[in-house]
Amino acid sequence: MGGGRRVDEVLEAVKEILPLSLYEELVKSLSEATDLSDEEKLAVIEEVVRRYVLAMAQPGEPVGVVAAQSIGEPGTQMTLRTFHYAGLMEFDVTLGLPRLIEVVDAKREPSTPIMEIYLDEEHKYSEAKAREIARRIEYTTLEKVMASLQYTLGDRDVIIKLDPEMLEDKGVSVDLVIERIRDSGIGEVRLGEDQYTLVVTIDRKVLPEERIFDYRTYKEIESKLRKLYLKGVKGINRTSIRVIDEKVVDGKVVREYAIVTEGSNLAEVLFMEGVDYRRTTTNNIFEIAEVLGIEAARNAIIKEIMKVLEDAGLDVDIRHVMLVADVMTWNGSIRQIGRLGVAGEKPSVLARAAFEVTVRQFYDAAVAGEEDSLKGVTESIIAGIPPRVGTGLVLMALGIPRRRQERG
Amino acid sequence: MVARVERFEEPFVIEKIVFGLLSPQEIRKLAKVTIIRPDVYEADGSPVVGGLRDPHLGAIEPGERCPVCGNTREECPGHFGKIELARPVLLPHLGDYIYMMLQSTCRRCGRLLLPQDRIEYLRRIYVRLKEKWPRLAEVMANSIAKEASDVTECPHCGERQFKVRYIRPIIFYEKRPEGEVRLTPIDIRDRLERIPDDDVMLLGVDPKRARPEWMVLTVLPVPPLAVRPSITLETGLRAEDDLTHALAEIVRENEKLKNFIQTNAPETMIEDAWLTLQHVIAAYIDNELPNIYQLTHRRRRPLKTLAQRLKGKEGRLRGNLSGKRVNFSARTVISPDPLISINEVGVPVEIAKILTVQMVVTPYNIEEARRYVLNGPFKWPGATFVYKARQGRKIDLRYQKNYKQLAEELEPGDIVERHLINGDIVLFNRQPTLHRMSIMGHIVRVMPGKTFRINLLVCPPYNADFDGDEMNLHVPRLEEARAEARELLLVEKHILTPRYGGPIIGGRQDYISGAYLLTIKTTLLTLEEVSRIIARSEAPVDLMEPAILRPKPLYTGKQIVSLFLPRDLNFRGKAKINAGDLKCENENCMNDSFIVVEKGKLLMGVLDKNAIGAEQPNNLLHVIALEYGESKAREFLDTIFRSFIRVLEVKGLSMAYSDIEIPKEAKDEIDRLTEEARREVEELIDQYRRGTLELIPGRTAEESLELKIIERLQKLRTDAGNVAIKYLNPFNDVFIMARTGARGSDVNITQMAAMLGQQTIRGRRIWRGFRTRTLSHFKPGELSPEARGFIKGNFRDGLRPSELFFHAVAGREGLVDTAVKTSQSGYMQRRLINALQDLVVSYDGTVRDSWGNIIQFKYGEDGVDPMRTYHGKPVEVSRVIDRIRSLRGSRGGWRQEG
Repeated sequence: MGGGRRVDEVLEAVKEILPLSLYEELVKSLSEATDLSDEEKLAVIEEVVRRYVLAMAQPGEPVGVVAAQSIGEPGTQMTLRTFHYAGLMEFDVTLGLPRLIEVVDAKREPSTPIMEIYLDEEHKYSEAKAREIARRIEYTTLEKVMASLQYTLGDRDVIIKLDPEMLEDKGVSVDLVIERIRDSGIGEVRLGEDQYTLVVTIDRKVLPEERIFDYRTYKEIESKLRKLYLKGVKGINRTSIRVIDEKVVDGKVVREYAIVTEGSNLAEVLFMEGVDYRRTTTNNIFEIAEVLGIEAARNAIIKEIMKVLEDAGLDVDIRHVMLVADVMTWNGSIRQIGRLGVAGEKPSVLARAAFEVTVRQFYDAAVAGEEDSLKGVTESIIAGIPPRVGTGLVLMALGIPRRRQERG
Repeated sequence: MVARVERFEEPFVIEKIVFGLLSPQEIRKLAKVTIIRPDVYEADGSPVVGGLRDPHLGAIEPGERCPVCGNTREECPGHFGKIELARPVLLPHLGDYIYMMLQSTCRRCGRLLLPQDRIEYLRRIYVRLKEKWPRLAEVMANSIAKEASDVTECPHCGERQFKVRYIRPIIFYEKRPEGEVRLTPIDIRDRLERIPDDDVMLLGVDPKRARPEWMVLTVLPVPPLAVRPSITLETGLRAEDDLTHALAEIVRENEKLKNFIQTNAPETMIEDAWLTLQHVIAAYIDNELPNIYQLTHRRRRPLKTLAQRLKGKEGRLRGNLSGKRVNFSARTVISPDPLISINEVGVPVEIAKILTVQMVVTPYNIEEARRYVLNGPFKWPGATFVYKARQGRKIDLRYQKNYKQLAEELEPGDIVERHLINGDIVLFNRQPTLHRMSIMGHIVRVMPGKTFRINLLVCPPYNADFDGDEMNLHVPRLEEARAEARELLLVEKHILTPRYGGPIIGGRQDYISGAYLLTIKTTLLTLEEVSRIIARSEAPVDLMEPAILRPKPLYTGKQIVSLFLPRDLNFRGKAKINAGDLKCENENCMNDSFIVVEKGKLLMGVLDKNAIGAEQPNNLLHVIALEYGESKAREFLDTIFRSFIRVLEVKGLSMAYSDIEIPKEAKDEIDRLTEEARREVEELIDQYRRGTLELIPGRTAEESLELKIIERLQKLRTDAGNVAIKYLNPFNDVFIMARTGARGSDVNITQMAAMLGQQTIRGRRIWRGFRTRTLSHFKPGELSPEARGFIKGNFRDGLRPSELFFHAVAGREGLVDTAVKTSQSGYMQRRLINALQDLVVSYDGTVRDSWGNIIQFKYGEDGVDPMRTYHGKPVEVSRVIDRIRSLRGSRGGWRQEG
């Protein structure tokens, strides 16, 4: 039949119609099904296209309400305040209903910010190298590496004992500590009785002579010292190394490492050396929007919601979640689902008033001289007209002559 | 057809609603009477002239004629009155706008405090913006106001400007160099009057619909009586509406103030009375404002004034406009009836006699209509009303004796309001209405009894059970509504859910056990048994040859199932029991746990939850619904599912004490495991006490210990459960139910037969109670498993007192959780729906809101309706290929549909 070309031609034509993933599956399946004749292959293509078109959503389908219900309904089955462990026991992560509410609320900061930092080719296979990067990232203050801090009122010398184990763990050298204290301008530093004891002589500018017995000033200086920045990225409070992949290459076990952090600072971490900026992510959606743009934020919203639902073992089609994410982001900024966002910015006064803060809405509308054209669903119901959704979308009527209609 | 009686002519269609403030002129024009007296009735019972029930406000008594429009109470729409205020008063909610305008305009010339050229520049932008992006115009207006309020000298007249201080809701001060001076509403009104229209506009206020000075009332409209009806109590006393009380207060204060002014009372008294008037008017508008004296009913209950009427869930907007009460509805308890179709609902006769449907009499149905009229309203199936088209008369059959005459007089064009009868379509609903499957269309089946009857298979979409659940039923009134109900809402159209693309209607519990027992290999049935089982399905099927002919003919369960499958169905999938020892990856399966259906014959595999269960995507039911249509799936559900139940009636399924009894060896083994775990936990506690416990990074010693103990004890329960399950008879009924997914899980069996395990609160062991211990049964500071909520006992042998307590503690947490959760997730869903309700797929495939904004270019990126997918996939290519293959050589080729 020489139909080989024809199958290809039809496939090519069908490419326009089918979604890419389906198209690819079709091509692959056809090439594997060697027993099929060309005619049968064409039949397969025709049937696939027919079924795809049949599966399409019809005009008027109230996809918004369906999406809202599909996400809202399983919410009742979700566990409350499940502070689960992200794989390991090291961090608590907000999951379940609270996290879902957090995402649709578009809270600026998640209650448990977490970053997943992936590493580049050079660093990802070595735990030592991963740890090295983790140390650079982790925000470290003097407090974290010291064992004790002592001072006496009336004495300018503050004695700081460093904890050698913590220094080692955080990868901080004594010299770095000395340098940081010096740079801070709090005072002069010298080594004390051993190499882990520092004596800081407080500067006169920081501790004036007349305050030398003022307990409050000492307290302030102490807290300044404790919070003294040594190294790391702001916002990243803790890090942990995790094995994300394990495979055997040439008989040797190769593990891939990644860093998980408590706290998030995407902008800075992405530019750190050794970090694979392509895969590194955070659960802070606003950071993603700022650093990578609104489309990335949309994908992040989808990812976060899907993760919550999947963790709870709930089955929700991703299309619903996509719609929610698109509603939150379509105008270029992240808007919450609620009074201060999507629902509060509707063009209809009645729709807003029927949602929340009724009286305020009416006053604001009156002052601005707003009009409500009754196009949306809520307004239509209030005014007693069919909402323009589903069968209400059809505005066409059969042109039956009036006389005949009357005669019945 | 003739217009239906209930469908009145629409006099007009609302095109739009414009919001604005009423000007004093408008209020005066609207008002038909000036109210000057706070009383309602004179001593003789006649309404007070100039009082709050002045006849000019509209006719409300029967027979009363309105002096304004001349109508009786049926026709008179009611008329406004007015109260001329002795001194102006601020509208409390507009304080922020007034404040903004006072700050950003000149105190002398009233101009916006920006240079003329800047004003003109801003205006050009603003006008354009307002047209296209009203939201942005709002933002711009705010920033203009902000910019202008920082100016200290008027660029137009050179007047020095002072800061204004605003104390919510009604007090304003101006910070002059000589000190703070109070701005009275008169001062404020004067200033607002001076602002020119063009400048007003730039501040986001529409001067045509809301002149700034209208924010200060000089005359107050009094709503007509229809808005504030009085009620007569049984005692004969009249009780006035809250609004009338509030208005009376206003009139009283206003007259007092007027009097003070006229009699030249001391200025302080006038000031005081003025302030009181302001408070009272503020409370009349909103009785919940902060810093306002609340108006109360005899010193107790706060009055419900205007704002309270609108606000909140039971307010006008949400309670009466967005959601309305309806007639033609019924509610009662539901109970199960496995013998009716899933499309049906059993309706008690009593209800069927009250709910009615209008039927227009035609030559074709006149005999039927006569039968209903003849039966009258008290005998089902009868009729309650007859509308005579020609006479335009409505006849209530309850007060008619001569049904026969009425029936005879019936003529085409009349409308008979007849009882609900079999075959009518109704909407059925169970709250909470969380998704669209919570309201579905059912076909009526009138039955004796007092409850609604539903098929058990529709329980999952409604989330219903029969422990006292009640449901609502609504009768659609218009032919359009009935058509939509049949075409779109009918139960069979909702077998598949759009949530995940899978069947939401399907077997649960006994249906699954029954299907399993029917399809296992050991089930061999005699012709008599087969007949019994098939008879229940009430489907006409042709029995095939029995699988076993000798020594006597015997059928397999799989043969019976095959009778009901579509003839060309191919299906392959794992059964629920395909796990553990019975695991199989493909059709090469010795455990009968891989389902193979070839050409409509169930060749191998048992049917259990994964094949016929509800909420199981890509199962047998799903494939039938998707590829053979809803009505085929309904047929499947209505026939063989009944037979599954019958199988249990034939074979029996129960649960006995012995089903969860385990032999002594098993108990010993569990004891051994427990001992082992206890030793390990003790070791951990020891390490913790000695400080040698290996810490989990980022956790304290206590946290590490707790985490490790919980982990260990969880493992113990799993191990104990496995031991118990190992010793249980795999054909005991409890075990069958758990394995097939009919009811219960391994954990349930473990808890019944082996041990309950660790009880937790918020994922931690139980720690609260007494100061350093949970209960007085334990030593202070004890950390052992028992002291922190570990339960070694099981449900069969019983619990120790402390164990029972811990179990109750964990159980209570669950209850509290659900209570809190429902309100939270309910609110989230309300917000989601509010944000998304306007989104619709348009004819061009885009998703748009009602104002035409495009939210998605193609719905879900592929335009596919999740409901019509295989768990999200629009087409299963392998199934298509399979199908084409199977049609190979058959007559008519692949186009032939099943």
